Amino acid sequence: MANKDDIKFLSNPNIGQLRKKYCRFRKFGIKYIDYKDADFLLQFVNEQGKILPRRITGNSLKYQRKVSTAIKRARHLAMLPYVTDLLK
Amino acid sequence: MNQYEVTFIVDPVLSGDEIKATAQTYVDQLTSAGCAIVHVDEMGLRPLAFAINKRSSGIYYCVEFTNVNGTFMDNLELSLRRDERIMRFLTVKLDKYGAKYNEDKRNGLIGKRKKKSSEPSREDAPAPRPSREAAPAPAPAPAPVAKAVVVEEMPAPPPVVEVEVDTEPILDEPIVDIDAVEDEPAKD
Repeated sequence: MANKDDIKFLSNPNIGQLRKKYCRFRKFGIKYIDYKDADFLLQFVNEQGKILPRRITGNSLKYQRKVSTAIKRARHLAMLPYVTDLLK
Repeated sequence: MNQYEVTFIVDPVLSGDEIKATAQTYVDQLTSAGCAIVHVDEMGLRPLAFAINKRSSGIYYCVEFTNVNGTFMDNLELSLRRDERIMRFLTVKLDKYGAKYNEDKRNGLIGKRKKKSSEPSREDAPAPRPSREAAPAPAPAPAPVAKAVVVEEMPAPPPVVEVEVDTEPILDEPIVDIDAVEDEPAKD
């Protein structure tokens, strides 16, 4: 009788649910992380230029390692800073 | 066959010819060492993230080449290290994915792929984006209610049916919107 769309909630029932994290490299089939692409690597560092942990980015271990080497290479070539403030 | 890639930063104080000559010497050195040059990418003048040798910018070159083994590498790195015109260098052995990535990039395929690769991050954003479009709705939504009331008060003559048509969807809307709005912080 009552359709599912007809039911109205006073509070959002989805509010307590956690979004599942996923590895974007696995999901989108990215196999190689270019150390020369600083804009892309910027997604994996915080404002101080520190590498973000896996629990935040959701990367799988394999790709987190690749990300961290790519960031370290980019730092060596002065494409990313070692330490900074207000990077973003 | 192994594929390698050497990226180096040339001092920007040198004249344009000198810079090209510097890059050319290393290309020549590689070819004389029996390497097959795949591609020489002149990435041009870029600002450095931090000062190197008191320079705040540098000219980036990326030379991609193949060779059967890496015995030539010591000589190459030694000469790069000794060269004062070179501010930094990095040699990398590419795996098959790296080689393919660079080839795709040269053929302009990475532009699309880049979108793909940046999409995931933006996919976090686009997901909220529709909700953000919906988000402004709740703010206006209450307003129409008030307006509708005003309209009711001001011109009494207009048929009541119209007002009902106005209010009915509004009653539906906020509930949908609240879902969207409350999704948003969870995503952020």
